[in-house]
Amino acid sequence: MSKVLVVLECKNGKLDPASLPGITAGQKLAAASGGELHLLVVGAAVEAVASLIAEAGFGAKFIQTAQHPDLDPPTAEAWSDAIVTAVQTIGATSFGGTATSRMRDVLPRVAARLDAPLVTEVTGVTGPSSFRREISAGRAIVELALDGPLIGFTARASDFESAVPGGAPAKVQNIPLQGISRRGTAVLSLERTASSRPALTEADIVVSGGRGMREGKNFAVLERLTDLLGGALGASRAATDAGMVPADLQVGQTGKVVAPKLYIAVAISGAIQHLAGMKGSKTIVAINRDAEAPIFQIADYGLVAKWEDAIPKLTSLVEAHKGAHKGG
Amino acid sequence: MRILVTVKRIPDPDEHLKFSSRPSGAESSSRPTGAEASAGGAIDRSSVKWVANAFDEYAVETALRLAEHVGGKDRLAEVVVVSVCPAAARQHLTQFLAMGADRGVLVDADDTAMDSQTVARLIAAVFVQEQCDLLIAGKLSQDSEGNEVAQRVAGLLDMPQATFAASLRWDRADKSVTVVCEGDDGVETKRVPLPAVVSCDLRIVLPQSVKNGATAETHAYQEGPRLASLRGITMAKRKPVAVQTPASLGVQVTSRVRTVGVQAPPRRPSGQILETPEQLIEKLVREAKVL
Repeated sequence: MSKVLVVLECKNGKLDPASLPGITAGQKLAAASGGELHLLVVGAAVEAVASLIAEAGFGAKFIQTAQHPDLDPPTAEAWSDAIVTAVQTIGATSFGGTATSRMRDVLPRVAARLDAPLVTEVTGVTGPSSFRREISAGRAIVELALDGPLIGFTARASDFESAVPGGAPAKVQNIPLQGISRRGTAVLSLERTASSRPALTEADIVVSGGRGMREGKNFAVLERLTDLLGGALGASRAATDAGMVPADLQVGQTGKVVAPKLYIAVAISGAIQHLAGMKGSKTIVAINRDAEAPIFQIADYGLVAKWEDAIPKLTSLVEAHKGAHKGG
Repeated sequence: MRILVTVKRIPDPDEHLKFSSRPSGAESSSRPTGAEASAGGAIDRSSVKWVANAFDEYAVETALRLAEHVGGKDRLAEVVVVSVCPAAARQHLTQFLAMGADRGVLVDADDTAMDSQTVARLIAAVFVQEQCDLLIAGKLSQDSEGNEVAQRVAGLLDMPQATFAASLRWDRADKSVTVVCEGDDGVETKRVPLPAVVSCDLRIVLPQSVKNGATAETHAYQEGPRLASLRGITMAKRKPVAVQTPASLGVQVTSRVRTVGVQAPPRRPSGQILETPEQLIEKLVREAKVL
């Protein structure tokens, strides 16, 4: 019997929505292999959140808990101890999770310790032990088959739907842990970027600015449009490297991969590395003063204009549209 | 202090990929850098230009900034670069020696015929054999984008790790490094005792990202990885490169990740260029129905 173990993350005593696409990937893998789905909750005290997740079901048979004081704050060292033990205890045949920065940190370490192959940032499950993923900044799609009694994966959030609660409640089981250790590491601080906006990778609408915005304060006009649309703010590497906006807003091969319903690229030329992070978007709008900018080649709608002119105009048009929509 | 830096050659990421319908070359690869065989097509790499992976340039720059005492004559660490590749394809290794690394280790093997666990085993074996204190790696290679090897080495050698480093401070008295890591929704500062593994993100090459306690705190480097000097290029030819093989390191080469098929991504239908913001709104509301 194959057993798929998906590692979850929690935030403020709740399941982190970032983990939901990984659950979907786990469901697909369990379905492809006719196996059962287990979800693993890791932390210092996770009983309460585990029972919430168990009620939500998510098609899982068991919610496994791994509890130890040294598992919070999370470190790759201690978490890999817990995950390795969980895989061995339940006899998992595969393990994985959403390709968050935490999972990308932890799961290759787990794979090495268990001598297992791993495929990172998969965009699809194609069989009981095969996956699809992109390489070379999205310029090629490969299908990979993994051999061995245990395999691992991380799932790209933009390519899997968020799992929704449903099905029979799962049963909670506790994994006995021994020898959990941070290996002498210390987490000195963990600063989350405070934002009232939806997370970049979860937003339906993303408005991104590039080098052409010239300086950080000019992003204010994009923020107004973003908030009016209820979206998330993004940026190209040129803008984050220049310090116009924080690094975690970067969309692209070396930043976040997003696939919103609407992506508005403002003053972004469209280097291949940026396209790799947003070309899965349903509708792409490009606004750039340079008609030759490569971004226009993948945009559904292009506007050759200076942002200084176009964005304020667009903002008031959106405002009017929203007003009319509400009224009638 | 000895710093080992992993470096890899990749096809020039600015060149177009060529696809061939006929499978050719090696059968399996998790780091698809060769000619991938497949039922669904293959990438034709017969005429590609090989270059060094950009993140590895950042990793070497990081190591050099840790090792050198700007304004002093002493050197605080030895920088060793290691690459797994055919011995004849070592140009990138020479480039990093020219940039300032002290010496190289080349693991002579077909890097396209092994999975990342094998690569990690080879790197781990070199780390132990060379008695290193710190492994610095780029966070990923721009071709396969696996982002696995650094963390795997840490796991194999049971060492602490700090991934996606945006800045790094070496505390020599404490024998530790304090690393600011960029995550999805913020930054984490982590102190790790040596020996340890660090993987580098883009911002590690900003002017003040790396501190070693000897170079003045206020010293600002030029942004980005340094270019090789003429003297560096001349010196590089004289720097030692030890050649190893998987057998000499006691590592069995395996690949449990097989490439089944390679395809070009579907093309997006060509879009429309609009004249005014009004037209754009109209399209978004009536045609795309996203507003």
